[in-house]
Amino acid sequence: MPSEARAAKADVAASRALPGDESPDVLRGYYRQMALIRAFELRAGEMYTRAKIGGYCHLNVGEEATVVGLMAALEPRDYLFTTYREHGYALARGLEPGRVMAELFGKTTGVSGGRGGSMHLFDAKARLLGGYGIVGGQIPPATGAALALTFRGEPGADAEAVMCLLGDGATNIGAFHEALNLAALWRLPIVYVIVNNQLGMGTPVERAAAEPELYKRGCSYRMPGERVDGDDVLAVRDAARAALRRARTERQPGLLETRSQRLRGHSVVDPARYRSQEETERLRTLDPVPAFRARLLEAGVLDEAEALQIDEEVDERVTAAVAFADDSPDPTPDQLFAHAYASPVPNAPHQLPGDPVVTI
Amino acid sequence: MAMISYRQALQDTLRAEMTRDETVFLIGEEIGVFEGSYKITAGLLAEFGPVRVRDTPISEEGFTGAAIGAAMLGLRPVVEIMTINFSLLAIDQIVNHAAKMHAMFGGQVSVPMVIRTPGGGGQQLAATHSQNLEVWYAHIPGLKVVAPATPADAKGLLTAAIRDDDPAIVLENLALYNTKGEVPDGDQAAEIGIAQVVKPGSDLTVVAYSRSTVIALDVARRLEEDGVSVEVVDLRSLRPLDRDTVCASVRKTSRAVVLEDDWLSYGVGAEIAATIQEGAFDFLDAPVRRVAAAEVPLPYAKPLELAALPDAGVLVKVISEILDATRFAR
Repeated sequence: MPSEARAAKADVAASRALPGDESPDVLRGYYRQMALIRAFELRAGEMYTRAKIGGYCHLNVGEEATVVGLMAALEPRDYLFTTYREHGYALARGLEPGRVMAELFGKTTGVSGGRGGSMHLFDAKARLLGGYGIVGGQIPPATGAALALTFRGEPGADAEAVMCLLGDGATNIGAFHEALNLAALWRLPIVYVIVNNQLGMGTPVERAAAEPELYKRGCSYRMPGERVDGDDVLAVRDAARAALRRARTERQPGLLETRSQRLRGHSVVDPARYRSQEETERLRTLDPVPAFRARLLEAGVLDEAEALQIDEEVDERVTAAVAFADDSPDPTPDQLFAHAYASPVPNAPHQLPGDPVVTI
Repeated sequence: MAMISYRQALQDTLRAEMTRDETVFLIGEEIGVFEGSYKITAGLLAEFGPVRVRDTPISEEGFTGAAIGAAMLGLRPVVEIMTINFSLLAIDQIVNHAAKMHAMFGGQVSVPMVIRTPGGGGQQLAATHSQNLEVWYAHIPGLKVVAPATPADAKGLLTAAIRDDDPAIVLENLALYNTKGEVPDGDQAAEIGIAQVVKPGSDLTVVAYSRSTVIALDVARRLEEDGVSVEVVDLRSLRPLDRDTVCASVRKTSRAVVLEDDWLSYGVGAEIAATIQEGAFDFLDAPVRRVAAAEVPLPYAKPLELAALPDAGVLVKVISEILDATRFAR
């Protein structure tokens, strides 16, 4: 990281003194995850420009504190539904970086077998029930997953819950409002998290939402809403944990808004010309990864040598992930219909383009 | 074997499957206290309670999507969408989500969800409440779409759809709810993806599904008295489509008409005609004809509505035209 960026962070870091009761190991762990996500995303961007990755590719660069804070609050027994900007969530949820990169490369070893790509990461064991490419498409299914939890368990501190992520833009679709209404009516154990990076593609929140304080949009459903600084990993974690606790113990659904900024365009191919040079410079000073690093150095939780060691470690993991993805086999055309249906059925289509539809 | 209505067959099946499997639950608008807009779910709220017969607000996208999520966690929701017209409000969840998840997530999850919904015109419900949109769903890989014509198939295909691990649309029809037929007792799951010759014949094949099968059978029986032998193929499943059964029939009869309730262009009949020309071209004595709905938003006024919808009279006329034109071959 450039030294001037580190210096610029010192003031911000000082204003966010660490609580005394935080375990140093846990804090270092958060930094390691944030650094891993940053390294992974930068490398994914590079692999995209080298045409190793196709389609759309949306990066979490700038959102690492939000990602790690939310995932720290989520228990292994909980379910996660996320958006198409999701690589970081998959990594923080514990998915092997090699299998995530392999999915971006479209390989059989990818977390979705190479069938989903960047926007559709899935891992049943990790209870990561999908990245979703349609804006807000995950909101009704996540709500239904929470409904299913009410069929199989009682409320309590150890109960399961659902976390449903969405972007600021998704708060303007009908499904968001329908789902929040259902969750509140039926008292479902779910926390909706608006990851507000302040731009829906190129449209600022203020031009898209008549109530730009998005956490207030839960009011219509008598759903508690809260806004938290998305650049502060601990604040995000604590707010998410509290909301999840209410969901578990009281089946009180919640709406949490995190505010951060993506430091890249909407997707890898977006040069973000809708931002001025000054704005880009300003956002860079808010970068949560060097800020947290500085905060830990300041507090004596890390020293420079340890920090460098972490930075190198995550870089090696990402290099290994790329190698794994590169070395993994491509799917073959004979597997095209392998997951056509979960229950086999007579006359299921199996023709390739140009094949006869009826064999005489 | 009992003689019961299509409505009763659906209701009996829901009750039987909910009794057999506690993961089966019903969700939809007005299905509980109101007992269903068409009374398919009458009595089930009292029997199974509000958790398993879940009334929803008017939020088709929300509750259809919620059913998908519940299915992802292993429940077997049976969604009632009041009419197929309203399913358009949920089409993102059905097409972009339910249909995609199993394949797109590499086979790690399935969506064992059923959507029951009636289509059909002829009730003077006008343009927005009279559509037959089955091909919208039959077009989509990942879905299964069945269209029972009889009470027996209503039972068999709904049972199969509930037990199936894929998202299935069970297309009902407003005009069929009061029709009666013999329904076998006991556990009767039909096989999805299989068409049936419901009346054998030798002169001409009528391919039909749902309400049009009932009309085709009626016409076939009447023509039998005039010495015309019509074979009726009931598709039963629009996706997957049993092309072999259709082609085998036409290879035998050499003539085919498709009777369909949807609009003509790009409809079920277009797909069947294309299938026949590929699978029975050398056997055909005449072009395949389609009897489908007139391509207008269905008007309210009765004479206009009647003029727009296919019926037995039109089918008889088209069959006669084909037979007259191919008398040389009979």
